[in-house]
Amino acid sequence: MEFFRNTNIDFLGKKWYFLIFSLIFSVAGVLSMAFWHGIPLGVDFRGGTLVYVKYAHTPDPAAIHAEIDRAGLKNARVQRIGQAAANEVVIALDIQETSEQALDKGKTLIIQALEGSAASANSGKQDLNNASSLTIANYLLEKDPLHLGTDANPRYTAMAQAIVGERDKARGGVLGSIDDLKTAADPAVVASLKDGFFTSDFGIRNVEIVGPQVGQQLRKQALLATLYSLAGMLVYLALRFEWIYGVAAVLTVFHDTLITVGAFSLLNWEISLTVIAAILTLIGYSNNDTIVVFDRIRENIKLLRRDKLADIVNKSINQTLSRTILTAGLTFLTVLALFLFGGEVLHAFSFALVIGILIGTYSSIAIAAPILVAYQEWRAARGQQPIAMPVRTGGPGQPKEKIKA
Amino acid sequence: MNKNLTWKLVVIVGILVFFLFGIFGIPKDWTGKGLLASITDRIHLGLDLRGGTHLILQVQVDDAVNVDSDNAIARLKEDMRARKINYADITKPDPVNHPELVLVKGITPDQSGDFKSIATEHLPDYNVSSGAENSFTVTMKPQNLSDLKSRAVQQAIETIRNRIDQLGVSEPVIQEHGLGQYQILVQLPGVDDPARVKEIMQSTAMLEIKQSLGGPYSSEAQAFQEHNGQLPPDAVLMPGKSIGASRDTDSGESWYIISRASAVTGRDLRTAEPSRDENGQPAVRFILTGDGGRKFYSFTSAHVGDNLAVVLDGKVQEVAVIKEPIRDTGIINGRFTDQQTQDLSMTLRSGALPAGIKYLEERTVGPSLGADSIRSGVQAAIYGMLAVLIFMLVYYRWAGVNADIALILNLIILLGFMGFFGAVLTLPGIAGVILTVGMGVDSNVLIFERIREELRNGKTPPSAVEQGFSHAWITIVDTHVTTIVSAAILFIFGTGPVKGFATTLVFGLAANLFTAVFVSRVIFDWVLTRHQRGEALSI
Repeated sequence: MEFFRNTNIDFLGKKWYFLIFSLIFSVAGVLSMAFWHGIPLGVDFRGGTLVYVKYAHTPDPAAIHAEIDRAGLKNARVQRIGQAAANEVVIALDIQETSEQALDKGKTLIIQALEGSAASANSGKQDLNNASSLTIANYLLEKDPLHLGTDANPRYTAMAQAIVGERDKARGGVLGSIDDLKTAADPAVVASLKDGFFTSDFGIRNVEIVGPQVGQQLRKQALLATLYSLAGMLVYLALRFEWIYGVAAVLTVFHDTLITVGAFSLLNWEISLTVIAAILTLIGYSNNDTIVVFDRIRENIKLLRRDKLADIVNKSINQTLSRTILTAGLTFLTVLALFLFGGEVLHAFSFALVIGILIGTYSSIAIAAPILVAYQEWRAARGQQPIAMPVRTGGPGQPKEKIKA
Repeated sequence: MNKNLTWKLVVIVGILVFFLFGIFGIPKDWTGKGLLASITDRIHLGLDLRGGTHLILQVQVDDAVNVDSDNAIARLKEDMRARKINYADITKPDPVNHPELVLVKGITPDQSGDFKSIATEHLPDYNVSSGAENSFTVTMKPQNLSDLKSRAVQQAIETIRNRIDQLGVSEPVIQEHGLGQYQILVQLPGVDDPARVKEIMQSTAMLEIKQSLGGPYSSEAQAFQEHNGQLPPDAVLMPGKSIGASRDTDSGESWYIISRASAVTGRDLRTAEPSRDENGQPAVRFILTGDGGRKFYSFTSAHVGDNLAVVLDGKVQEVAVIKEPIRDTGIINGRFTDQQTQDLSMTLRSGALPAGIKYLEERTVGPSLGADSIRSGVQAAIYGMLAVLIFMLVYYRWAGVNADIALILNLIILLGFMGFFGAVLTLPGIAGVILTVGMGVDSNVLIFERIREELRNGKTPPSAVEQGFSHAWITIVDTHVTTIVSAAILFIFGTGPVKGFATTLVFGLAANLFTAVFVSRVIFDWVLTRHQRGEALSI
């Protein structure tokens, strides 16, 4: 099977369309970053508290918000996440509610607020859905419902772990009632638990608390990592090809990064650490694509010495087009699988990759190659010898031949 | 089959076996469950997949510096008294921002030479320089200061590790983190209750046994009043542990006058364990080291009838009369619960933290989320992989089989690498595996497309394969190097999940260089040896 055979598309002739297309997306992104959503930073960079809560029933964000508001936590955001059937919400607190003196205060207050009415109806009892195995073990040790002898401590500890395991792994994190434990624990233990515990209608799945200092540090690191990554590309390509190839590749990748971050800004999706990882990956990926085209240009320059660079570049893009589309398509397939089946945690990450692969493939054809040609034309217009062309006669001031195949 | 090819085939099978061993080790039993257990034994799951607590804390290294400069001040005062050097004042002008800086004021010019010589002689870690109006600045040398700070961090890591070990957490990670920020990363798999662990890690557990010179008083003011507004020399006022409250909350106030010098400190402890006092209340019993015991014996012999104070973290825990000389055992009581005596004896055994710590970041992943993440991550990996494998078969026919073999081998080598290095698999790491499949297949596509091109240009299959591989090789090296560069930068800057992602990406790409180029080539060569002249290549 073959999709492309001897294509002969004049890509460079369409460079103005490409430019307009790229401009629309980058400018829209930049405008959104500047005037609309800004760069929506996640809790990793902003600092703050995130609590992921799973409910036993369909959660009502407005009611949850009211409960948290009543507890004195202002500016909390409550949002449903995941599939509707998952009954999950995420509650976000600003950095103001997250001081380094009491890092987990916000989390504790949220749990108290959500337990609210259920806790007051069951005063004196603890919430089994948010109890740790240690709490349960200590309780059992004290009540000793099985009248165990010397090995009470290890046995109750193991029992508590089994109970927590049943709750978290088999029941998805929330018990409807203590009777749900009948399969996992001794009836006497279940009966004893009923005396000291109640079940609220939610369980905490995941907590992220980032203090202001770490947020600032991570922001700096993410920026540095991106810059170093770009600098690394530039140096490597300048050594392997000519410096202009490095510049063209880095400009291309910058374009890709800008559009991807812009897409996050337009959609107001938060950029987390894993999204930065995705962006660095797409820097590598987009470079891949660009290098494949550049390699072919370098090869063709040697073969077709008399042709114009624009023709050589066009021919090179066409020759590699089949590979470019195939690879992009296959990588896109895998990333799409991640996006569709990878679950909530990987959603933003795989979204960045989906966008990045589309843009990265497009840009190696539509941005990187035209930059090369434009630079040559600019040099030619100033009467200089084109760079990156093999030396024919030699002479002072001309670049040495670095091209090896 | 020619000899050269046989030899290469042996290499490939050898590598396959080697990396399969990397993944599975030698499984105890060959059932599906046993195999799965031996995988997770070698490739560790990250916190985001197995659940647990991730903490970043910062050592308040200035605490350690303050202790050192306080000692320097004490030393100077003693020396100046011994040499009869008069001074107006000795202070730390800025203990918050410059804890290493000591200012001595009002030394007469004729004694300044004397002062300088004792200061430089007895405080080798400090620089001494004279300032305006007969004053001297004594400040820690920059090298000693940074040594002291990094020592404080190392000591804190040791202490925390001791404490965590005693809690029985399996496979904890405790290491320095960040770039020169005095931060420590603590990862505790399976810990679902960070609150207690945090408290245990945080308690400095600084134990001192000192002489009590008076008290309790109900307020600081009363203590001064009883002594006509002046404390005895070399004594300080210390708060007592409040009555009926837990170890770190205060309700009722009490104050004691306590000697500055300690008879023994936590460093002299050999061990500590939960026990009961004479009234059957929970208490902590401690035993001193040989040296500590001798010190304590000579102190208590000299002070029979005086009061002894047990001070923990700057708070007077209890005061008792010395009835007779004590050698090496003692009891600390103070209305503890059983849990508290357990925790306290544990922290005493593990040694004191050299400085306070502050929590900067806390993440807890519940086991239910981790289990969901594994399920969806693996599901996505399988779907993505299947899609690629099937596509390659359809598009390249027999050569697609070749690519699929290379891809599967790529995956085995990647996982084998991770097994050998004991690498941590995180959720983004699973994504890295999937991405490796997508990007790894690129090398095959590059080569195959090139071979097709050469075939179209009229080359014979053997020469098309030869040309295809040699031309694509240059491109493949360039693309791999640049991607590995960005993955390596991720590895250096990232933590936790992101690091896991970079790890799989780097290993995957390295493995890909071998599978897509070497293995695919061998398969092609093998196909070509069985090939009839003039027969078309299935690609």
